[in-house]
Amino acid sequence: MSTTTSPNDKRDLPPVVRISAFTWMREQLFSSPLNALLTVLSVWLLMMSLPALFEWAFVNANVSATTGQQCRGSGSGPVGACWAIIVEKHRLILFGTYPYDEQWRPMLATFILIALLVLSAWRKLWRPSLLLIWTIGLILVAVLMWGGVFGLTYVENSLWGGLPLTLILATFGIAFAFPFGVILALGRRSKMPAIKTMCVVYIELIRGVPLISLLFMSSVMLPLFLPEGFTIDKLLRALIAFIMFAAAYIAETVRGGLQAIPKGQYEGAESLGLGYWQQMRLIILPQALKVVIPPLVSIFIAMFKDTSLVVIIGIFDLTQAAKAALADGAWRGFGVEVYIFISLIYFVFCYSMSKYSQSLENRLSAAQKR
Amino acid sequence: MRAPKRKLSWHDPGVRSVIYQILAISVVGGLIWFLVSNTMHNLAIRNIATGFGFLHREAGFAIGETLISYTPQDTYGRAILVGLLNTLRVAVIGIVLATILGTIIGIARLSKNWLISKLASIYVEVMRNIPLLLQLFFWYAIIADNMPGPRQAANPMPGVFISNRGIKVPALEGNGLDWILGGLALAIVLAIVLAHWASRRQEKTGQIFPFWRVTLGLILVLPTLSFLLSGGSLSLEIPVLTGFNFVGGLTLTPEFAALLLGLVIYTAAFIAEVVRSGIQAVNQGQWEAAGALGLKRTQILRLVVLPQALRVIIPPMTSQYLNLTKNSSLAVAIGYPDLVSVVNTTLNQTGQAIEGILLIMGAYLTVSLSISVFMNWYNKHIALVER
Repeated sequence: MSTTTSPNDKRDLPPVVRISAFTWMREQLFSSPLNALLTVLSVWLLMMSLPALFEWAFVNANVSATTGQQCRGSGSGPVGACWAIIVEKHRLILFGTYPYDEQWRPMLATFILIALLVLSAWRKLWRPSLLLIWTIGLILVAVLMWGGVFGLTYVENSLWGGLPLTLILATFGIAFAFPFGVILALGRRSKMPAIKTMCVVYIELIRGVPLISLLFMSSVMLPLFLPEGFTIDKLLRALIAFIMFAAAYIAETVRGGLQAIPKGQYEGAESLGLGYWQQMRLIILPQALKVVIPPLVSIFIAMFKDTSLVVIIGIFDLTQAAKAALADGAWRGFGVEVYIFISLIYFVFCYSMSKYSQSLENRLSAAQKR
Repeated sequence: MRAPKRKLSWHDPGVRSVIYQILAISVVGGLIWFLVSNTMHNLAIRNIATGFGFLHREAGFAIGETLISYTPQDTYGRAILVGLLNTLRVAVIGIVLATILGTIIGIARLSKNWLISKLASIYVEVMRNIPLLLQLFFWYAIIADNMPGPRQAANPMPGVFISNRGIKVPALEGNGLDWILGGLALAIVLAIVLAHWASRRQEKTGQIFPFWRVTLGLILVLPTLSFLLSGGSLSLEIPVLTGFNFVGGLTLTPEFAALLLGLVIYTAAFIAEVVRSGIQAVNQGQWEAAGALGLKRTQILRLVVLPQALRVIIPPMTSQYLNLTKNSSLAVAIGYPDLVSVVNTTLNQTGQAIEGILLIMGAYLTVSLSISVFMNWYNKHIALVER
């Protein structure tokens, strides 16, 4: 690119072309017989499905019923969505079995975790002080959830549940997996054969097996691994499995970044007389990590979605809370409504993160092109 | 002046690296020894015998759907084999369907048609951002809770019934089937030989052999011919409602249907992105240059664009196939008897947790490694030979 105009320079922008709706449709929807056919076909499909869906979700929906029986109606007339189950059960779905009167605490913890994520997305804060903010934030979350100090009643973590638990698993998991992953990546690029082999074996082993098998391992095998009389609780065990799993994927991503750094950077750092750790800390990692931020965000999204797997070992996350809401006999059979509700929650988180990752990618690659 | 004699010194990087490695090995080795000795001790306390001897004992539990014959009197080993086959079944069918759906959606996202590309991108964004497990629960809830019973089963096509007992489709019966499959296999072998011969001839003489038309003919004619010549019987078995359930025909159980649907729909969204980025990676100039050579649009796609796009597509596609296979382990959550589910039952009954989890990990590692070895071979096979 040889142009030096700034984007704000209005004079050099191409003129705005106005086209009529008719031209737009001819160009975009009916440009060829095949395209016209596809358009007609998909419009027909939408006409068949959207109105029915709209009626189910809004027109015939029931928000005020107090029992599942009322929602099902008398058997005659159209049956719509039963959003009443969400109204009735939203506290259980969002906060699990946390003591009802104390549920402001997990709510506050959720907001703190979301605030941490939003702050980390802000590029001006990408500096060592972010680490401090995270430490304070995570300590605050722990205090709020556990309590036992400052007059807060103690709540043991087997009672935690719902959205805050999902967020805790994802954020704590990534926060601890990240340093571990970076070290594994450095180890895989190391010239020492023994260290390299151990890292390769670990990474490939973990990436070759499903997360479920690691969760099973943590819930069944971990107690056997430890000395007699020594136990770790279920949540921590799941978290360990998460950290082990995420670290392997982070390691592969970071390795990609390390490989993208030109050899001259390594040689330059060496010629300055820096030791290995100084080279990595001051020269290589700052550049390598910047390149891999977008794929790291993708890993975070994947981990956020994967937290739902803890259902299988019986931890009360958002998905398990949804299943608990459905287990109530009075509300049996409204799985679709509840699953749509929590899908929306997951979607809002994942979609905003993926949009952020895309915009970041565009900005970072633009910075590199210049 | 003599070169200074090499001494063992901390300042020698070689010496340092040896020391570091010995240190690392002993730390990791010590950790493993610590864990193993704890485990042995704990197992001894709980009176659990180690080893794979339990595989020969009678399993005693039933499995809902099996590809090979299985009864509760069979051994744990056979039960686990049944589970493994179920995993492979859903993975193979899932990979084929997800590739087809994903490719269609990926191409649709690049379509010039505004409506089609918007619909495709909505599909991708929605499906990628909802956890797979939740989607499985969702499809399972739709099939198991919201479908009518067998008596009021939906009947979208003659012979096809959808109810809360699963999806029933007509099955082909009779020994004629083997002859048809034999004919098909022969046709495929002939097509491969023909492809080699045709490309050899084209290199030598420049003449283009109408390969695809001939292959299509072979695939249609040979199975029909072998069926007619053998005189085998062939009949269509249509499911019939008797009492409370259907008899005859092929069944897709609610669990299998929900798992397959979820895996295909979820993975297709990722494959669509892979296909899209692969096609976009081919420079526009390639299309124009190929057009300037006088190639037809189909030829451009087949001879110029696809070979280049595939190089970009294959590696991420491989990891999607691996993901699908590994994700099929979520079957345990909706009760499809896959490997993880069967082993889980086994280890609950026998207490052989370590052996069970080693079996799961070993099986997935083998499948993962074989898929990646095959795809690496294929990737090398189609890679451009550069100077």
